[in-house]
Amino acid sequence: MVTFKDFRNTVKPNWCPGCGDFSVQAAIQRAAANLEIVPHELAVVSGIGCSGRLSGYINSYGLHGIHGRALPIAQGLKMANRDLNVIATGGDGDGFAIGMGHTIHSIRRNIDITYVVMDNQIYGLTKGQTSPRSAAGFVTKSTPGGAIEPSLKPLEVALSSGATFVAQSFSTDLKELTAIIEAGMRHKGFSFINVFSPCVTYNKINTYDWFKENITKLSSIEGYDSTNRAEAMKTVMEHEGLVTGIIYQNEDEPSYQEKIIGYNEEPLNKADIMIKEEELNELMKEFI
Amino acid sequence: MLHQLSWKVGGQQGEGIESTGEIFSTAMNRLGYHLYGYRHFSSRIKGGHTNNKINVRTSTVHTIPDDLDILVAFDQETIEVNYKELTTEGVILADAKFKPEKPEDCQAELYVVPFTEIATELGTSLMKNMVAIGATAALMNLNDEVFQSVVNEIFGRKGEAVVQKNMEAIAKGHEMMDELLKDQVGKFELEPGDGKHRLFMIGNEAIALGALAAGSRLMSAYPITPASEIMEYLIKKLPKFGGTVIQTEDEIAAATMAIGANYGGARAFTASAGPGLSLMMEALGLAGMTETPLVVVDTQRGGPSTGLPTKQEQSDLMAMLYGTHGEIPKVVIAPSTGEEAFYDTIQAFNIADELQLPVIVLSDLQLSLGKQTVEPFDYSKITINRGKLNMDELPEIEDKQYFKRYAVTEDGISTRVVPGQKYGIHHVTGVEHNEEGKPSEAAGNRKTQMDKRFRKLQHVHFDTPVFTDAPNEEAEVLLVGFGSTKGALEEIRPMLDAEGVKTNHAHIRLIHPFPVEEMKSLIDHAKKVIVVENNATGQLANVIKLNMGHHDKIVNLTKYDGTPFLPMELFGRVKELLTNGNI
Repeated sequence: MVTFKDFRNTVKPNWCPGCGDFSVQAAIQRAAANLEIVPHELAVVSGIGCSGRLSGYINSYGLHGIHGRALPIAQGLKMANRDLNVIATGGDGDGFAIGMGHTIHSIRRNIDITYVVMDNQIYGLTKGQTSPRSAAGFVTKSTPGGAIEPSLKPLEVALSSGATFVAQSFSTDLKELTAIIEAGMRHKGFSFINVFSPCVTYNKINTYDWFKENITKLSSIEGYDSTNRAEAMKTVMEHEGLVTGIIYQNEDEPSYQEKIIGYNEEPLNKADIMIKEEELNELMKEFI
Repeated sequence: MLHQLSWKVGGQQGEGIESTGEIFSTAMNRLGYHLYGYRHFSSRIKGGHTNNKINVRTSTVHTIPDDLDILVAFDQETIEVNYKELTTEGVILADAKFKPEKPEDCQAELYVVPFTEIATELGTSLMKNMVAIGATAALMNLNDEVFQSVVNEIFGRKGEAVVQKNMEAIAKGHEMMDELLKDQVGKFELEPGDGKHRLFMIGNEAIALGALAAGSRLMSAYPITPASEIMEYLIKKLPKFGGTVIQTEDEIAAATMAIGANYGGARAFTASAGPGLSLMMEALGLAGMTETPLVVVDTQRGGPSTGLPTKQEQSDLMAMLYGTHGEIPKVVIAPSTGEEAFYDTIQAFNIADELQLPVIVLSDLQLSLGKQTVEPFDYSKITINRGKLNMDELPEIEDKQYFKRYAVTEDGISTRVVPGQKYGIHHVTGVEHNEEGKPSEAAGNRKTQMDKRFRKLQHVHFDTPVFTDAPNEEAEVLLVGFGSTKGALEEIRPMLDAEGVKTNHAHIRLIHPFPVEEMKSLIDHAKKVIVVENNATGQLANVIKLNMGHHDKIVNLTKYDGTPFLPMELFGRVKELLTNGNI
């Protein structure tokens, strides 16, 4: 029997006390245990930033890459070993600023991995600059007169990019967050999960209390249909993106790897890669 | 009869110039001639002058020549742009349709042939290129049947009637030309070819085949000139081997996705050109720091910035040797022919796995796109060596203990395990780390891990790091180059010899770590070292000086106008250096 304790390692996180990322880490550990995944069958790939350290705090395979590039690394890993459970994690700077291109295209590509964003609306590790998720008017070290640009809307971006799984949660709601990550990991395709994970040091606006006051749980909306993309978009827009739960899921769309013609059923990393002499001869014939 | 013929076809981009060259050269290849073709083209889809020059020879050739025997012209611009290459004995075969005119100072013979008219009479003007091939056949005294098998393959699926029509177009062109040529028929008849079956391919195809033969089953790449043919070839072939090509959103994704797949235990790679490599620099650092194997092909083109995207240059060398911030061990390999492109790509994958670091395969536009005859690849030379990758069952370790993925070893290489393996859990990070991969900024650990990573470079196993042709014990000149300049260098040595200049030739295939041992005696036994390269600043010359000294002996011979070195031109420049260059 696997428990979340199996996913604990001996490294002490360097996050500030009270940081939302602790709960995200716990939720990932619980979700993996609930799905009865053993630690060596899980790989967590993370970007750079406070959240980027997460891959080093879980007793599983982990890769802490470069800023904004967790997703292509995670996709490559899944392409090499389709049997592996792959989770990519990062912050809002990682996923929505420097890595935004990869976020959109990963969503479109629909490779079967789970992406968990720890969204704190601020750059924490660099000690408090604005993020694409900071609200207009938000005062930071890099926006002393208040942010001029409007806040990016990740759920709307995901929904309009062809996502097959879009969810959002709040780090204090460990039960809901765990269930959502589990659902994302079960989803056959790319699952996009945005998590409000407050920064207690640099973001004095979007605090735990602020989220508690402003969030609407989709489970409280009667008859909400998470298979209807138009309804999902409408609901998200009506609530200024401040909803939690599974916002949209399309279970009919096959994942990228299922669509590749001729692609190995077996993980590529186990394939016999030595070409046969007759195969080489066949390939050479075309050039004569 | 001749031993060599230089043939060129030109016209507007998009009007079948390429297929004309393709049909002619494929037929020549099947007769057992050695070929080398180079296309002149622009970065646009239709329109603009394009031409395809093909060197046909009875012996090995790795370059196009300066001059031209036969020019097939589909427009006046082709004549204007190319007539100066024609020898005094040369011939222009021009389509009557555009009322061709010979420039005043052109000594070549102009034959006006109704290519389009004959083709139209036979059914479609599209066949004008077949008529032109027929006309060429008359000049070379070739039997039209040599084109039959090629025509069958190209038009076979359109039915027997279309095949017939195209063969008829060749015959008509041949007949018409026989009449025009009178006693000049067979003016350019070649000695028969040896009939051997060689591969006629561009360097990019040799690289792609090399990757396939090396066991790569995944390529992530972003289209760019002149690298795209590698991904285009592999997306056709990889599905048959259970693999695929992913066209990524940019080159950063291409490189990092390949890193992810290699981390997962597959052999993945990417290929690009200068602008793409610039974007990949941070990823190269990650591969170096995390000791993840990674093969990256750089098909150099004219830089900087967008530069000359469809032109030849070799100016990425320094960026490939030293690019990425900080210091990582890296291996840079530069093949110079189709054969080397194939075998060196396989070696690149093996070295990447053995040493767990990034390996750059440095090609250039002339090698990547130049189409050449290549000896069939020798299956027995293909080996796959995955180094210290251990995908077997691992010995049990205590719960929560991490596998020592970065164990400090004598050769600097640690056992590599991949995600999914029991008892193999470890961390991987671009942050400086300890033996388990956990971040560690301690000064002692930093030095130990840096030294460990760089120790690996002492264990590069590369077959033939320097191609040498050094018949002279003491040479007046040692000619040195890398990449596709090899062909031109091969051509000028007999010429220099004839003038009493004794030369040796070293073509560097393994540029980093620099083959000091192999180069030492060659440089010691040469009065002067002339380094021939397609860039402005003499990058290879600088690398040689950096590694070998000899600043007084080393002379730069550079070219950076976007065109490849041509033999006669190079011969002239070497002689100029020897007589007036104060060397």
